[in-house]
Amino acid sequence: MTGSMDLPAKGGFSFDLCRRNNMLQKNGLKLPGFRKTGTTIVGLVFQDGVVLGADTRATEGPIVADKNCEKIHFMAPNIYCCGAGTAADTEAVTDMVSSQLQLHRYATGRESRVVTALTLLKSHLFRYQGHVSAALVLGGVDCTGPHLHTVYPHGSTDTLPFATMGSGSLAAMSVFESKYKEGLTREEGIQLVSDAICAGIFNDLGSGSNVDVCVITKGKTEYLRNHQLPNPRTYASSKGYSFTKGQTEVLSTKITPLKQKVEVTEGGDAMEE
Amino acid sequence: MARFDPYENNGGTCVAVAGADYCVVAADTRLSVGYSILSRDHSKIAQLADKCVLASSGFQGDIKALQKALAAKELVYEHNNNKKMSCPAMAQLLSNTLYYKRFFPYYAFNVLAGLDTQGKGCVFTYDAVGSYERTGYSAQGTGSALMMPVLDNQLKSPSPLLLPARDAVTPLSESDAVDLVKDVFASATERDIYTGDRLEIVVINSSGTCRECIELRKD
Repeated sequence: MTGSMDLPAKGGFSFDLCRRNNMLQKNGLKLPGFRKTGTTIVGLVFQDGVVLGADTRATEGPIVADKNCEKIHFMAPNIYCCGAGTAADTEAVTDMVSSQLQLHRYATGRESRVVTALTLLKSHLFRYQGHVSAALVLGGVDCTGPHLHTVYPHGSTDTLPFATMGSGSLAAMSVFESKYKEGLTREEGIQLVSDAICAGIFNDLGSGSNVDVCVITKGKTEYLRNHQLPNPRTYASSKGYSFTKGQTEVLSTKITPLKQKVEVTEGGDAMEE
Repeated sequence: MARFDPYENNGGTCVAVAGADYCVVAADTRLSVGYSILSRDHSKIAQLADKCVLASSGFQGDIKALQKALAAKELVYEHNNNKKMSCPAMAQLLSNTLYYKRFFPYYAFNVLAGLDTQGKGCVFTYDAVGSYERTGYSAQGTGSALMMPVLDNQLKSPSPLLLPARDAVTPLSESDAVDLVKDVFASATERDIYTGDRLEIVVINSSGTCRECIELRKD
């Protein structure tokens, strides 16, 4: 194509590849599955700021793909974002908005605001009409105060004092609805978030392993990676394992030497570095 | 238009290992549906005769029905033949019971295990419609694919694929076999979301049947 410039997207879904994808599916191509995080993520507002929490299990269907992954993503020094849904989508969208926020900080010379991150996320997700499967809990403290938002894959957002997302959200929300009150202290906030994540870890099969917590207050952020480890391995054989050759019986052996297709000639110039 | 789906997978894994004079049967005790846990304390192991035990994973509704049907047929056998059913006899009965429902199967993945008439360990492994085979060890259920390769390697049994067919019982001692089963379940629990909570181990040998439970990860 001659003289085509990459114009900024005008908005709405880009349908360029849909016809090709439909054709491929009709011809029998099985679409690749996505790795979902099958998650419990939570956030709450306490008296000095926000506390975010997440479990650490990533699943591929019924199998645990990662026993200790990080679901609390960095957006700005004063803003963090928990992600549920397709792992690639949450990573990509939070990395992208984090970079955009940094460029914006350089341009404005000011600390990033949570609503800025919120608007960037929601407009991106809406443009992709829900195909970017990222459900986020965005929290941070800026010059206008503490903020907590949820962002849905289709681009809608809510502003809440406490929020949960992911497959374990119902288990976590039941804990929040019982015990949340306004004006929690830092210790109470961390304890409540840990309790909610543990409810997800033990009662939801899509969530598990450890509890990650992030406490954001004015001027200070603490990322408590693996704040709780309530799931140690229960049994480990003291004998150890040996995997010697022949332990799994070899039934038959057939060795086929490959035909050489390349002729190797000695001499000639050595390859340049 | 949503159709009624008669089946549901309640998850879980079952394992059995046959030794020279013992048999180890183990299953986790988690009952789940979808992403939820229904029970952390549901046994998948049923005693059908004094030296014969059935461990099943799959749809627990069908499994309960299958256990009831087998217990009733075992009682009829006792009345007719004036003796309790042996493990190989029960194996054939189970296969026939499963194939009887060939066109609306029991959604049950079974492992039948115990001591045969000579007192040697025997394990019979089934598919959902009754195809069975006597083997030295087997795993069925959601975590079976995680466990079988380790059992193939560590039990040091002759491979069941060898010809002529060889007796596939493991040369390992009873305590080694139990240790391996516990470790293999702990490993499968790490990676399979449907396996966990508690492990029930039943050991059958000449002195009888003994039951042991160990805790597994609850997440």
